[in-house]
Amino acid sequence: MEDFLNDWGLSLAVFLPVVGAAIMALIPRAEEQLHKVVALITTLAVAGMGVALLANFDMGRSKDLQFVVDASWIDVINSRYIVGLDGISMPLMLLTMLIVPLCVIYSWNHFPEPHNPKAFLILILILETGMIGTFAAQDLILFFVFFEIVLVPMYFLIGVWGGEERQYAAIKFFLFTLFGSALMLVSFLALYFLADASGTAAGVANTFDMRALPEATAGIALSTQVIIFGGMFLGFGIKVPMFPFHTWLPDAHTQAPTVGSVILAAILLKLGTYGFIRIAIPILPEAAIEWAPIIGGLAVIGIIYGALCCLAQTDMKRLIAFSSVAHMGYTMLGISTLTDFGMNAAVFGMVAHGLITGTLFFIAGSMKERYHTLEIKRLGGLLVSAPKMGWVFGLATMASLGLPGLAGFWGEVPAILAAYSPAEGLSEPLFRAYMVIAAIGTVLAAGYLLWLYQRTAFGTPTEEFVDDPHITDISIPEWVAWVPMIVLILALGIYPNLLFNLTDPAVVAVGDLVAAAAGS
Amino acid sequence: MDTSALLTVLAFERPPIDWHAVAPELTLLAVGALLTILDVVLLERGRKFMAAAAGLGLLLPLIPILTLAVDGTNRSMFGGAFVVDEFALLMKALFLVSGYIVVLLSTNYIAEGDFWESEYYGLLISSLMGMVLMASARDLVTIFVALELLSIPAYLLAGWRKRSLEGNEAGMKYFLMGVFASAIMLYGMSLLYGVAGDTRLAEIGEAVGRGDSLPIVTLGVVFTLIGFAFKVSAVPFHTWAPDTYQGAPTPITAFLAVASKTAGFVALLQLVYVGFYGRDDVYGPMFWVLALLTMTVGNLIALRQTNIVRLFAYSGVAQAGYMLAALAVAGEVGDTALQAISTYLVFYAAMNLGAFAVIIAVARKTRSGHTQSYGGLFEYAPGLAVSMGVFLFSLAGIPPFGGWYAKLAVFKVTVEADTWIGYSLAIAVAVNSVIALYYYANIARQMFMNPVPDGDTTPIKVPFSLAAAVAITVIATVGLGVLPNLVAEITEVSLLAAGG
Repeated sequence: MEDFLNDWGLSLAVFLPVVGAAIMALIPRAEEQLHKVVALITTLAVAGMGVALLANFDMGRSKDLQFVVDASWIDVINSRYIVGLDGISMPLMLLTMLIVPLCVIYSWNHFPEPHNPKAFLILILILETGMIGTFAAQDLILFFVFFEIVLVPMYFLIGVWGGEERQYAAIKFFLFTLFGSALMLVSFLALYFLADASGTAAGVANTFDMRALPEATAGIALSTQVIIFGGMFLGFGIKVPMFPFHTWLPDAHTQAPTVGSVILAAILLKLGTYGFIRIAIPILPEAAIEWAPIIGGLAVIGIIYGALCCLAQTDMKRLIAFSSVAHMGYTMLGISTLTDFGMNAAVFGMVAHGLITGTLFFIAGSMKERYHTLEIKRLGGLLVSAPKMGWVFGLATMASLGLPGLAGFWGEVPAILAAYSPAEGLSEPLFRAYMVIAAIGTVLAAGYLLWLYQRTAFGTPTEEFVDDPHITDISIPEWVAWVPMIVLILALGIYPNLLFNLTDPAVVAVGDLVAAAAGS
Repeated sequence: MDTSALLTVLAFERPPIDWHAVAPELTLLAVGALLTILDVVLLERGRKFMAAAAGLGLLLPLIPILTLAVDGTNRSMFGGAFVVDEFALLMKALFLVSGYIVVLLSTNYIAEGDFWESEYYGLLISSLMGMVLMASARDLVTIFVALELLSIPAYLLAGWRKRSLEGNEAGMKYFLMGVFASAIMLYGMSLLYGVAGDTRLAEIGEAVGRGDSLPIVTLGVVFTLIGFAFKVSAVPFHTWAPDTYQGAPTPITAFLAVASKTAGFVALLQLVYVGFYGRDDVYGPMFWVLALLTMTVGNLIALRQTNIVRLFAYSGVAQAGYMLAALAVAGEVGDTALQAISTYLVFYAAMNLGAFAVIIAVARKTRSGHTQSYGGLFEYAPGLAVSMGVFLFSLAGIPPFGGWYAKLAVFKVTVEADTWIGYSLAIAVAVNSVIALYYYANIARQMFMNPVPDGDTTPIKVPFSLAAAVAITVIATVGLGVLPNLVAEITEVSLLAAGG
């Protein structure tokens, strides 16, 4: 059993969703119930696979890759099928495996127009393969393939099932991310040709092996490294999204169907931040030191800019979307310090933001279904009309603004603290200035989130919704989808070591690479 | 009567012929002749067998190609004018398979239209014979003969819809531009012959590559290459393509866009690698300019197209630009650029033929080429819509569909060159991929996100041969995209090792 898990477990987790999608493709469209069941079974099987992998994961060695499979794929360019998990990718993969079945359950009885559960669920399954694959891939080309696979299903999810401006939002999302990833690919190829990995485990000079590349880049001139890092910065930074590349995000989030927004916020954005920690920084630590002040600067601009935009929004979903920009700013600030403290906070922040903003988008979707609008000034009195939902919304809001005891706190505050003493080679005064700005951002965050909560949940329902029979409290599928998220928000908030224990050794390994580069 | 002249004719000794090496061409010739005889004998009764016979006949030469590939030795005849090596075999196989798919596309289109069938397939086969010959031609005269053999039937086929004005325009434009290009090319060839004193590419390679950079050499190289720049519709020599594509019968459009363009690239590759390899100071900058112009102009004009065939014409122009980008760095990276272009051609054939198959299938119902007629296709023809989606995203280079690996191959060689030419082209390809996505995704948007324009949702009846063409190309596009090694291994060809 253990051998089987080691050899096949991770690959199964990656490709099971595609198998499920293929089965569904063969079932006629009219069998809607059957489609839902197949999709649910598939995603639960994937989640089960994730639990089995976690149970067999050697926590003591979480800095090493485990469940590694290394098979030949495209020999001609020496790109291999290498997958593996370590303390950084494990939590993000588990987050994916959790969110996707919850999304299937949530949509059970209310698929957005134009309905068609078959196509909707097939796209979600393909999306899941892309996301899990990205977190598992340990070869740059394989990573690129999975990184891109998510684009097509997401394009259709937004463009077919989205809101009024869905077509514009879908193509904008697609074009922005493709632009970044095309340049990222050029950077990957430059690494392939310029790095010399003959002395490493890869055994050949030109390789895409992410395990070997960090040791192989020392010979590249710093100026070249900085340019290569720039290509990756665009690829990952657009995905995160960092200011000033964020403009696709509010449109995509606002127009996407609820489930699409949840997956987008909870997982797709993490592909970018994950790319920084997994690829850009370990492989080119010297260039990372050069770029860190710029990344940190854009991160804090994003925090403040996102917060100010939030204050100006009149649409609840758009407000949550802009809060994502701000929150990803904290994550990027943590990464830009290049310390293990900051990067730990970043990984924690990714998971926490996934859970919290995912919940917020779920709630926004449910409210939209009941009120048929998310215009803040028309809402109000949620606690009166649907008290349970009001309380869950309150909890998610508090978590989002970083209240201690809830998960959001552990992503935000350590990231700010990390900026107090950034890695060797970075300017302390500059990062302390960033720290102050980021801290002001938390005040603004409290401002816009509490104000949002106040306007939507407090008071009495506005006249048009006072006796609206459509405004019911949380339904069963909603409970099933939300409870695991709430439990995790609480659990991680109370005992953050659950996650830090897993991530720390792997993050320290990345930090050591940076320290070595700064020392040399 | 001059007796000495007569004596030399009588004394002519047939050069030794390697029958195995020319077996593919001879088989094809036999098939073409057989079709013509069948037509004369059977007359109207033979009509319904013609397409099937032509299709099978095109697969037949694959047998000698396979035996030659298994044999694996490079064969050279007529003092090096006709060479059979891995590159030639790969390209011959690609031509024949593309030709087979074109026959599948033509079957119902030609049978149901008001067209003569046996002439159609006969001309198609003679054009393909020119292409198959082109893959082995390593001599200026042989190249020219192959080019005319593939072009002249193609001029006729392009004007096949003789009762439509657009059809006449297509044939006429294609013919005039083609002849014009031939003339320029012949002028270039004459200059090269003057320098080298020989028509064989290998000898020209010696004289041109080792010699000084004379203006006459530059002129010869540039003019010869420009002749084929017409063939691959590189900007600014692309102006015939949209009108010809639109006016020609759609299966012939597919044929021109795929097989004919491939033939142009085969000729370019042979000229560059065997004939002009040492002159990358000439062709490097020339292809740099052509590649940049071709991909950018092609993509920008494609953005504005509302006719699907014209859109694919400009998309084909842009795709040729990506391949030219690899050719621009041939001097720096050697055979890997050849391999990148060969890989690109294989994927390009699969996804483009597939897209045209869907276009033909959809036009059977809508009778329109307007992109808006694709509105809501997913509602009434989900299979066709999903297939078209696969081809579109493949052309845009989104994994896991084949096109991503083709584009990766181009990125790889341009970065590998490690020169400003290479890097600037890599960035240009990256930016152009984004522009191209817009119009590819726009068709996907019509199919999946827009309502049916006239509300008519009767399903499309797709005839068997067309469905087979779609199935083959979808499987190839997806399968080879997931396992690109299958293509990458057979495109590991070389022209430098043998030709020198």
